[in-house]
Amino acid sequence: MLSRTADNLFWLARYMERADFLSRAIEASRRLAALPKTYSNAESEWESVLLSSGSAQAFSQSGRPLDEEHVIEFLTFATDNPGSIRNCIHLARANARAVRTALTIEMWEAINGAFLEMQSFEERRKTTSREELSHFLEFVKRTSLIYDGGAYRTMLRNDAYWFSRLGLFVERADNTARLLDVKYHVLLPEKEVVGGSLDYFQWSAVLRAVSAHNAYHWVYRTSMKPWLVADLLILRPEMPRSLLSCYESIVRNLDLLARAHGRQGAAQRQARKVHDHLQKLTMENVFQNGLHEFVSSFISENNHLGALISEQYLF
Amino acid sequence: MIQFDEMSGISGQTRAPYERLSQWLTTVDPQLLAARRDQAELLFRRIGITFAVYGSQEATERLIPFDILPRIISRSEWIMLERGLIQRVTALNMFLKDIYGDGEILKAGIVPSDLIYRNPGFCTEMFGRRVPHDVFVHIAGVDVVRTDDQNFYVLEDNARTPSGVSYMLENREVMMRLFPELFALHRVAPIEDYPNELLATLRSVAPPRVNGDPVIALMTPGQYNSAFYEHSFLADKLGIELVEGRDLFVKDDVVFMRTTEGPRRVDVIYRRIDDDFLDPLTFRPDSALGVAGLMGAYHAGNVTLANAVGTGVADDKATYTYMPEIIRFYLNEEPLLQNVPTYRCREPEALSYVLSHLNELVVKEVNGSGGYGMLVGPHASKAQIEEFRLKLTSNPDNFIAQPTLALSTCPISVAQGIVPRHVDLRPFVLQGAKSTRVVPGGLTRVAMTENSLVVNSSQGGGTKDTWVVDDIAPG
Repeated sequence: MLSRTADNLFWLARYMERADFLSRAIEASRRLAALPKTYSNAESEWESVLLSSGSAQAFSQSGRPLDEEHVIEFLTFATDNPGSIRNCIHLARANARAVRTALTIEMWEAINGAFLEMQSFEERRKTTSREELSHFLEFVKRTSLIYDGGAYRTMLRNDAYWFSRLGLFVERADNTARLLDVKYHVLLPEKEVVGGSLDYFQWSAVLRAVSAHNAYHWVYRTSMKPWLVADLLILRPEMPRSLLSCYESIVRNLDLLARAHGRQGAAQRQARKVHDHLQKLTMENVFQNGLHEFVSSFISENNHLGALISEQYLF
Repeated sequence: MIQFDEMSGISGQTRAPYERLSQWLTTVDPQLLAARRDQAELLFRRIGITFAVYGSQEATERLIPFDILPRIISRSEWIMLERGLIQRVTALNMFLKDIYGDGEILKAGIVPSDLIYRNPGFCTEMFGRRVPHDVFVHIAGVDVVRTDDQNFYVLEDNARTPSGVSYMLENREVMMRLFPELFALHRVAPIEDYPNELLATLRSVAPPRVNGDPVIALMTPGQYNSAFYEHSFLADKLGIELVEGRDLFVKDDVVFMRTTEGPRRVDVIYRRIDDDFLDPLTFRPDSALGVAGLMGAYHAGNVTLANAVGTGVADDKATYTYMPEIIRFYLNEEPLLQNVPTYRCREPEALSYVLSHLNELVVKEVNGSGGYGMLVGPHASKAQIEEFRLKLTSNPDNFIAQPTLALSTCPISVAQGIVPRHVDLRPFVLQGAKSTRVVPGGLTRVAMTENSLVVNSSQGGGTKDTWVVDDIAPG
């Protein structure tokens, strides 16, 4: 397939995944920020959403005051934030439109429909209430489900599908890692000093941001422990947003591509390296060497993989 | 001016091809029509059939207004029209081969040499070149109008990169979803094989060195082009790659596209990008849309471009005025389709007539398209007329003028009811190496506002489905 088409499919999937993550992160933070002051510091909560979505710098440059209203506006509708949900959906559609021939009708209609609905949300913005925001976030999550389901159910299993899956999992791994990076301090095992059990709400917010609140209980069948939250997000293969699970999918899709093209390359080697590392890892190792250090190094390895894919497939 | 309506003629009596539609309209509930209009809009929006309007700020993508009533042409009218179209496109191709070759028609004094050689559409790069299978115009969109039930007049021969065929196809799909009952009443000739015919046409003109399957690609300027929807639509229907200039490169006079599996050789390019932007080495050096070295590969005979380079000289409005002579010269036949009587402003007598009748005439720039740069005398303000008078006197060669035709009207369905609006028709003619094909119908364009004669979609014109139906046996 055309290299540009592969590039567009890869980024289309990344933007859709990012929009989904953003809407979950905003929801989780709204819950947390609404708690009494002794439970959470609303301001630092909004700052951490900005950090985990990678838009903290853009936000401070925009000169907006750091409060709920402005952060939410910046992450949802702001046209001057390249990573806002609005821009993710616009960019996703621009990518989709450029490669319409590589999409199925179901996928195109999901994206185009979302784009049209996005416009009507934007028009109604002046009247935005908290309730309207909930509708909006629901709409974003629904869109990614429809898009994703459309891709899964209707696409031919060929390179178009594999590139689009790669985009999704590379982005998802990045999102999970960024969330861990921002929240690592509440996930350390010896946390009693800082906040005691009050951190429970922080942990559950992390889980909600990756839609794993119920999953936690099914996996561990025990009360909330911060190191288990970290374990779930990093090493549990059955958790679809864990780093290990993302890399299993990345390795699989890259292998399918390599088989179809008849050659392995630097991207396959890098993915396997990261995957092997995650497989051998235990949470003890992670905490011993520093959760923060682990996550930072993962983020840069994951970025490196993105660059290698571009290089190898001539994006 | 006497007004001919496609449904009710001049006398007001329903014409034969429209009898069943007219009957149906008397029985149908206006609310049903309103519901179908809404449904149609929803369908078009959902599918994403949009048209980008240059210079419009509020929306870069717009829906082309669609009218739900079909425009109907009888089989016998169509056969006449089809023959005329094939004749015209055949002559256009012979003309192009000639003027880029021996120039017989110029030597014979039928068409003035300076009109061709000094024409901005004449491509000196192509002089003395042959193109694969001697086909220059593979896809033509010939705009025709009618003023009575006898004649079709040709308004323009679009021989460069005519667009609109996706609307022809999608209009039919939408109509079949909305009005199954009307299709049951009529025997409408199908058009859905157009992509298939187009593919066959493109395959047939591959460079002779290709044995077996030629690799064909559709080249678009990109998604900000006004017709991008059509480009992706056609690439999808044809099952060929939709490429931009940056996806292609030329090495040793061979064109390749960049794929995830490495370079792949390309044999035929259905290009929807203007000559000027094709190759920055030959044409505009500032073009980021083209491919450096493409013309070298083209001249080496390694790739076919459809349409060929340099066809603009044939559809220019000054050349247009010579089309009847061109047809007679090459085919030794009388033209089957009429030209609209045209004043060539380059001729002093014609110019002085035009200047004294500006308020009655339509004045067009010789190289203009899309309804830009034209004066519709009867609807123009004093200031606009004076502006054109100045333009005309300073550069008469650049203009032609035509009487305002009493363009036919066709009924459309709007909130106020059924009203007549002016229409034209763009059938699409495909010229392959061996055969010429025309799918029955074409794109009917409608001036949506009352009395307006401008049907171009860039100026707010709409479209409707076009049906070629079997004649009703008399009695």
